[in-house]
Amino acid sequence: MNNALKTLTNGLLKENPTFGLVLGMCPTLATTTSAENGMFMGLATMFVLICSNVAISLLKNLIPDKVRIPAFIVVIATFVTMVQLIMQAYLPDIYAVLGLFIPLIVVNCIVLGRAEAFAAKNNVGLSALDGIGMGLGFTCSLTLIGAVRELLGTGCVFGAHLYSDQYAALIFVLAPGAFICLAYLMAAIQKLMAK
Amino acid sequence: MVYFLIFVSAIFVNNIVLSQFLGICPFLGVSKKIDTALGMGAAVTFVLTLATVVTYLLQKLLILWHVEFLQTILFILVIAALVQMIEIVLKKISPSLYQALGVFLPLITTNCCLLGVAILVANGTNKLPLGADHNLLTGTLFALATAIGFALALVLFAGLREQLAMNKIPKAMQGTPIALLTAGLLAMAFMGFSGVV
Repeated sequence: MNNALKTLTNGLLKENPTFGLVLGMCPTLATTTSAENGMFMGLATMFVLICSNVAISLLKNLIPDKVRIPAFIVVIATFVTMVQLIMQAYLPDIYAVLGLFIPLIVVNCIVLGRAEAFAAKNNVGLSALDGIGMGLGFTCSLTLIGAVRELLGTGCVFGAHLYSDQYAALIFVLAPGAFICLAYLMAAIQKLMAK
Repeated sequence: MVYFLIFVSAIFVNNIVLSQFLGICPFLGVSKKIDTALGMGAAVTFVLTLATVVTYLLQKLLILWHVEFLQTILFILVIAALVQMIEIVLKKISPSLYQALGVFLPLITTNCCLLGVAILVANGTNKLPLGADHNLLTGTLFALATAIGFALALVLFAGLREQLAMNKIPKAMQGTPIALLTAGLLAMAFMGFSGVV
């Protein structure tokens, strides 16, 4: 039980994909123009992460060692295509915003990284928990970055107005703001962790 | 003229790294030295152009057989296979070029600007200047220009980081945060090009 809890919280705090491992930077920077977009991107990645972790830990004894990377990629790409079709059908607005970054979950290093480093070595239950933990860690990070950028850039969080957009700096919603915002958030978290 | 504008647009105005956020991993990972940045830039230019042509033609087959939903799976496999093939061919034909690009080739498979540009061009959703049609020629030029833009951003960034390495940086900002901050300033500089094309 202790082990399971450790696996679950590992991705949330110690090995947080964004702030700890610095993986999956492309969607982290590109899709966090608002808290909502960041959250949906995180959830889509989380779905793929859980499914691929479960599938790969079930298949790990069937896949020959030499072709494991291509095999993992096919498994991941299958789930990504599923997410793509589901989002196109039920969340067309969000899909239009996230667009290209949904199929690009395939090349997100977190997904392949967890498949290789965790799911290929552990049982189904733990792999699922690892997927949930890592996915939640990624979702929380993306939502946080999205919320900060949305607040500084437009004066809203999740679309709720907090102050007049007269005082907001639009640059935080644009490309440079993504880099700068993530840089300072990461520095703040490094500072807090060091204590 | 339109072809020239494709280059200006993809290299400066819509720079793949600094305004489209594709290929951030190699941008942060292999930008500590100008030499390696040049090698990575050259390898990406080579593979990206080739991969885009191949996937563009494959997309026509997918449409012909009405299996467009297989796009993601097919493209990633084709790109992975292509990178492997290029590695083998280069090793045979030009050992000197292989020496220069070799270490970067396996890393390219998971570079998201490869799959990203392939999907953009195949779907005809890449940003082209007014008056340009989406076809194989403009798609290929777009891929080439995008890759040059990637190489340019990477080399510029590596130059900045080489200078940064000699400076004293506050402890919390060391490593990735200061790199991201530098990239943010570079992105701001590139924003000055917006509206040119």
